[in-house]
Amino acid sequence: MTAITDRQKLQYIAAQAADARVNVELETEGMTLNIGPQHPATHGTLRIVARLDGEQVIAAEPIPGYMHRGYEKLTEVRTYAQVTALVNRIDWLGSFANEVPFILAAEQLMGVEAPPRAQWIRTLLFEMARISNLILFLGDMAVQLGAVTPAFFAFRDREYVLDQIERVTGGRFHPNFDRIGGLKDDLPQGWLADTKATMDKVRSFCDEIEELLMGAEIFQARTRGVGVIPPDVAQQYGLSGANARASGIDWDLRRDQPNGMVYPELDWKVWTHPDGDSFARFWVRLQETREAASIVEQCCDGVPGGPIMAKVPRIIKVPAGEAYVSTENPLGEMGYYVVSKGDLTPFRVKIRSASFNNVSIAPWILRGVYVPDIITILASLYFILGDIDR
Amino acid sequence: MGLGLVESGKMPKPLTKLLSLSRKYSIWVYQWGLACCAIEMGAAFASPRYDVMRLGVIPLPASPRQADLVVISGTVTDKMAPAILRLYEQMPDPKYVISMGSCANCGGPYWDSYSVTKGIDQILPVDVYVPGCPPRPEALLEGVVLLQERIQSEDMAERWRGAPIIVE
Ligand code: SF4
Repeated sequence: MTAITDRQKLQYIAAQAADARVNVELETEGMTLNIGPQHPATHGTLRIVARLDGEQVIAAEPIPGYMHRGYEKLTEVRTYAQVTALVNRIDWLGSFANEVPFILAAEQLMGVEAPPRAQWIRTLLFEMARISNLILFLGDMAVQLGAVTPAFFAFRDREYVLDQIERVTGGRFHPNFDRIGGLKDDLPQGWLADTKATMDKVRSFCDEIEELLMGAEIFQARTRGVGVIPPDVAQQYGLSGANARASGIDWDLRRDQPNGMVYPELDWKVWTHPDGDSFARFWVRLQETREAASIVEQCCDGVPGGPIMAKVPRIIKVPAGEAYVSTENPLGEMGYYVVSKGDLTPFRVKIRSASFNNVSIAPWILRGVYVPDIITILASLYFILGDIDR
Repeated sequence: MGLGLVESGKMPKPLTKLLSLSRKYSIWVYQWGLACCAIEMGAAFASPRYDVMRLGVIPLPASPRQADLVVISGTVTDKMAPAILRLYEQMPDPKYVISMGSCANCGGPYWDSYSVTKGIDQILPVDVYVPGCPPRPEALLEGVVLLQERIQSEDMAERWRGAPIIVE
């Protein structure tokens, strides 16, 4: 596997070098460029140190850790009910999605299952979290290319989704709504109809972005063929989510491993793109936003009646054991490995977050690109700092 | 206008008022988006629903050297703190700080974490604290309004002279 990669890499660098023959002839001097830790293009506090030869990157190294908040240690001193409030804040754009895998792991250890209504509403809110996350990506990608307007559209339309989330959970984006064995509350009256109306807005936002950006010549020129990740390299680095699907890997945990969710009962599609470039990653996420809107609508129609909470003791003690549950979060595979010793608090929690792996490909993918493309490629990889550093 | 006039506190009242008024309604904000709160700050500053510019606040200056106000929004970690201090020192005086969110105020949900700085006020002087986790965008806007009131009622002579140097 590695041999192939190296050959590909060499070919790529050779092609780039042929492209930049001028550099070779002029004997340019190397320089080191530091991007971050505070830079608008790094979505927070990622720091990238790039060694340049003229406009070209020879080597780039991401330096994470500026947002390390010690989740894994803190979960050891929080009760199971308190952990959800904490892990909300890992991927802060799709907060509800962070709670679900942890709750599912705890439920698996306790041997309880949420009633059907809770499962449907979980799926619904999960997809709404995905929409609120991806909308911001669609706007932000344009900002990184120099177009500011789509970001305003994104913030405008994201508010409608947040309003709906707030109506049911009480929080704009840290809901802390999921409980072991079900959900905190039932849906408010009239919420389902309003949510369906909101999904129309999401869809029209997607159309708007598609019209504004996809056909634009600058957008095409700066994303097509830039930052290509072949499928085998994507697998080696453990990419997941839309980044893997944009490289043509047909892999989606919602379909392949739908533990505790109702995805098998819904009619939806996994989008993939064969190209693996920045454009493909944008395109896949755009389609996923639309798909999520349709999943939400189907959930609104399909939510059954019944209780929203299974029978669980008031004071939750999880029996000793280990469980690993992962779900397809907006950024990719997110999993919790929970070890319990039968206490009020977990003994140890290991969090597998998607962005850490997604950004670990940066040294490979940034080698040989031009400086402006660093920004586009990182934007299209789409990571969230809380999700990298945890 | 001679600078000495302001420093000595001899500036006529109406002029002082005018100067404060203009400073108050032309705050350039350097956004220090750190964590989740940065998204709420983005919503307050960039979204059409909240629209901070109607308060006379201009977000997005290119560098801290052009800024009057810095909004520290989010979790400050021990690794990040020196960088914050460094950029704060690059801002020209008079400069103001809004600390947004429980994390920047006091550590928030990470009050017992080993890597989080419990309160940005350990390293910078903070003018306005906005509580919440995350504060709603409206809360941040109120913080901005409170800061404007503070700027309006500020004794400029004292501010421009700087803190007194005490020699023991
Ligand atoms: S105060 Fe809350 S919302 Fe803000 S950065 Fe801290 S954890 Fe995130």
